[in-house]
Amino acid sequence: MIDRNDPYFWADVLDTILKGAGETFYTVGVSLLLTIVFGLAVGVLLVTTEAGGLLAKPFGSRLLGIALNRVLDVLVNMGRSIPFIILMILLIPFTRLLVGSFIGPTAAIVPLTIAGVPFFARLVEIGIREVPTGLVEAAQSLGATRWTILTKVLVAEAVPALALGLSTTVVGLIGYSAMVGAVGGGGLGDVAFRYGYQRYSPEYMFGVVILLVLLVQLFQSLGNFAARRLSHR
Amino acid sequence: MLTLTLERGEIFGVVGQSGAGKSTLIRTINSLEQPDSGSVHVAGRDMTSLAGAELRQARHDIGMIFQHFNLLSSRTVRANVELSLEITGAGRSERRRRALEILELVGLQGKAAAYPAQLSGGQKQRVGIARALASNPTVLLSYEATSALDPETTRQILDLIRQLSKDLGLTVLLITHEMDVVKRICDSAAVMSEGRILEQGPVEKLLTTEKSLLGQALFPLGEIPETSGSVVEITFTGIPTDRPVIAQLARQHGLDVGILGAAVETIHGRQTGRTRLELPGDEGTVAAAVADLRSQGLFVEAIK
Repeated sequence: MIDRNDPYFWADVLDTILKGAGETFYTVGVSLLLTIVFGLAVGVLLVTTEAGGLLAKPFGSRLLGIALNRVLDVLVNMGRSIPFIILMILLIPFTRLLVGSFIGPTAAIVPLTIAGVPFFARLVEIGIREVPTGLVEAAQSLGATRWTILTKVLVAEAVPALALGLSTTVVGLIGYSAMVGAVGGGGLGDVAFRYGYQRYSPEYMFGVVILLVLLVQLFQSLGNFAARRLSHR
Repeated sequence: MLTLTLERGEIFGVVGQSGAGKSTLIRTINSLEQPDSGSVHVAGRDMTSLAGAELRQARHDIGMIFQHFNLLSSRTVRANVELSLEITGAGRSERRRRALEILELVGLQGKAAAYPAQLSGGQKQRVGIARALASNPTVLLSYEATSALDPETTRQILDLIRQLSKDLGLTVLLITHEMDVVKRICDSAAVMSEGRILEQGPVEKLLTTEKSLLGQALFPLGEIPETSGSVVEITFTGIPTDRPVIAQLARQHGLDVGILGAAVETIHGRQTGRTRLELPGDEGTVAAAVADLRSQGLFVEAIK
């Protein structure tokens, strides 16, 4: 039980919540980096390996392009269709193999990344698809390599959409991270569950909730601001 | 199957309705599309046999401009032009220098820091032209480049292309469905339909060729009405104000000449006109009248 008469009660609340926030930042930050790298690659591949796409024939083989496209599509759909709470449990053996444990903030990175990549990949896909095909053709007519077209045309032109997608992804990851917290992943979810729920403390519960709401507002506004600043359409 | 040959430094227009195969034609020139058979030679290079780095190298020598400009919205005007130079591998200061130089050439000095969204259609196409020409190509492909522009802007862009072609010795292949483009800047033209070239040659020669489709398209005189007499069409190059051709014809041959239609167009900066006349009278009189007109150096086509 918690003791509200303890003179250090509020200091403890603050300490605990800040420690949880630190863990959440760590877990979300690392999985976000991994999500950006892999999600961007998967999203770009999903669009460009389609018929007539920039990488429709990787290494000269259309068959490889089709295979890559189908496999990624199915994987992304799988990742998106499994509810996170189940995905988390499903991944326990894999997490253990990778990190050595399935408890703690570092272990939480694994399911978060695996849920984040397909989510962000779909948003990248949408952003890249919105780039007019005429731009690719113009770059080709200038004699650009595929890599140049990929980086300087497709991704560069999709940056505002990617910024929005990124903020949506951060918000999603923060939400998921709270869920991981409830089963031993640490962070704000852990604080809310152990102190707020199991020890009946509305102070902890509301502290965590308010912090989460603020964080989500902050990241969404940042994303919107960046998208507006980066877009010159 | 078609054969098309362009002279160095000329402006060649391909006209035809949509679906005629114009876009496929122009896209085979820089190998954006591969022809099933046949070959494309540009400045001595067989484009159809090139791939990879060689093809990209060859494309540096062929600029292309588009109907919808295809500028990168995330880049400024200068950075859009510099893209072309980044691709050819020019250094930073060289890119900057060349971009500003070519922007001045297309009349966009002062717009270097603007984004495409802040420009008018005509200005966007000028950026497109600057980007296409930044790498000093010898050939410019124009893919319906003025089709999204209003008539006045179209005129300005066409004049710019003509000027650049003259100054830089550019060979220009343009495809269009607008006859005005042919009138204004083309030295030669081809008429295309269903994947075939129906006629081609220097514009002025096509105008004085019997049953020329281009001639008919440039001078839309409408349907030939029901008449009792013969119908002929006279094409003037340069309006003969000092010679009252039709009045003389009526007087000397005793013909009650009827004017069924007439059109005057400025082709290549020269006033060119075509008049459709009805010549009532027997065959002998009409033949003599036609011979008379021809002896004055006019192009006369007997319609019926």
